[in-house]
Amino acid sequence: MTKVLMKGNEALAEAALRAGCRHFFGYPITPQTEVAAYMAKKMPSLGGTFLQAESEIAAINMVLGASAAGVRAMTSSSSPGISLKSEGVSYMAGSDLPGLIVNVQRGGPGLGGIQPSQADYWQATKALGHGDYQLLVFAPSTVQEMMDLVILAFDLSDKYRMPSMILSDGMLGQMMEPVELEDESYEMDLPDKPWAATGHQNKRTHNVINSLYLTPSSLEDLIRERYKRYDYIKENEQRADEYLCDDADIVIVAYGASSRISRTAVNQARALGIKAGLLRPVTLWPFPVKAIEKHIAHAKAFLTVEMSMGQMVDDVRLAVNGRKPVHFYGRTGGIIPTPAEVLNAIKEIAGGKE
Amino acid sequence: MATVFQKPKALLDVPFSFCPGCTHGIIHRLVAEVIDELGIEGKTVGVAPVGCAVMNYNFFGCDMVQAPHGRAPAVATGIKRARPENIVFTYQGDGDLAAIGTAETVHAAARGENITIIFANNAIYGMTGGQMAPTSLPGQITQTTPYGRDPKVAGYPIRVCEMLSTMTGCALAQRVTVDCVKNVNIAKKAIKKAFQNQIEKKGFSIVEVLSTCPTNWGLSPAESLEWLRSNMIPYYPLGVYKDIDAEVKK
Repeated sequence: MTKVLMKGNEALAEAALRAGCRHFFGYPITPQTEVAAYMAKKMPSLGGTFLQAESEIAAINMVLGASAAGVRAMTSSSSPGISLKSEGVSYMAGSDLPGLIVNVQRGGPGLGGIQPSQADYWQATKALGHGDYQLLVFAPSTVQEMMDLVILAFDLSDKYRMPSMILSDGMLGQMMEPVELEDESYEMDLPDKPWAATGHQNKRTHNVINSLYLTPSSLEDLIRERYKRYDYIKENEQRADEYLCDDADIVIVAYGASSRISRTAVNQARALGIKAGLLRPVTLWPFPVKAIEKHIAHAKAFLTVEMSMGQMVDDVRLAVNGRKPVHFYGRTGGIIPTPAEVLNAIKEIAGGKE
Repeated sequence: MATVFQKPKALLDVPFSFCPGCTHGIIHRLVAEVIDELGIEGKTVGVAPVGCAVMNYNFFGCDMVQAPHGRAPAVATGIKRARPENIVFTYQGDGDLAAIGTAETVHAAARGENITIIFANNAIYGMTGGQMAPTSLPGQITQTTPYGRDPKVAGYPIRVCEMLSTMTGCALAQRVTVDCVKNVNIAKKAIKKAFQNQIEKKGFSIVEVLSTCPTNWGLSPAESLEWLRSNMIPYYPLGVYKDIDAEVKK
């Protein structure tokens, strides 16, 4: 084990290689640039494929093809590029294909900006493409987690045969932090994929990777089966990190970059005698409702902090379900809130008549 | 009794979903015969398009992947890069390949992607009920050009083989048709070469097959073949537009 200083985007790429991903397909976009650059540099010596596609759409469809052929494949992009990929992601979900999609979020809508944002939460957790489906969505908050969650995302994507997303942002992608690296090991035991389109070698009937079902009852049955899997995941794969939540009067719920700022604000609030805590969702889908549930009885209020106009706050409200007030503080358009702003929001709630 | 005629092994015993008289059936058969003759079914992965041939994942006996509309060359690229030892082909129509999927087609050729593309050009969107295709002819009446395709409004048809023949990465671009026995034989030879090229790692090979759509052209199967001969072939001349083997010989 060695400790090295790495940029978030590079840590993410390195982790994907260590997770056995040898097929990367991407299209240039800021602020995920370093992911592709790292892959372009490293893939040849590992015998893998780095391919710069003609478009975001082509890139996700190359991931679809590689994944259909049974290998670990990924693409990375940023907000406007993810919108373009949504068709391919829907087809992957409808074809029960694994694969990793990385979104290093920037400001939107439209071309938006290139500064960090968290305004793609709804897109990632509710509607990345058409149809009834979910992605596994992971939200790292440190460069170390940019590594750890990539490996988990690949493993769970293969296990449940559904696409995974790392929902990062421009701040985490661009910042440098020390990470713990296992000694270089790119050998990985990957799961068998007997369903993959690898050529039947005249030994089995043909495998078909497909999302078309013209008989409504067949399509409904298939989706219901898929939702049983989603229910199992909701029960078993929720992840959240808690900081000073057990006695907290005010529980802040924040993920990714805004959770780091909120953590500082929690410390400052504690110094002022306000019992604040931080609940940080690590999986955004499945949303960690169980972790929130634990604190509903003792918390006086919840405060969701996001770099958006308020998206995850919907899920917090659904989890709290009217039992306690749920407040929101956010900045958007590429503005990162300061700890002082978050502390002010905490103070307002603490001083307010609940 | 000796067997004189049988279904190719690479076609499963599943009825085609094509309209009567449509030439997709012949093209599918030719692809399957070639797969049989080259003995490659076990290592072949086909990519189905969106369009009339969408359900050919049920027809071909090899492993199949169904691609989003126009994305078959990108999907095939992903499969081929993941498993270079496999033989990967796409089967696409004109709307899929030359409208919504133009970029995927052109860039797969530009990369010299070692895949085989079978392109059925029938100058119309068949599956959705007969709209103007990127290859519909000037003056052609379709559901969305009810007064005939006016190039001033709807632009000009795209000649795919001519366009791709300008690309260095393209190993073979040949236009054929299946309107008579002689042309069926030429088409089969072209399809076989397109697969053989991939086996020999020569790169991107495309065979454009001029095809009929009696249902949406509003003609009988026999009239459709005649319409193809007198209208399509003059605009889309048959022949080899690019063949790196021929260039080497020059």
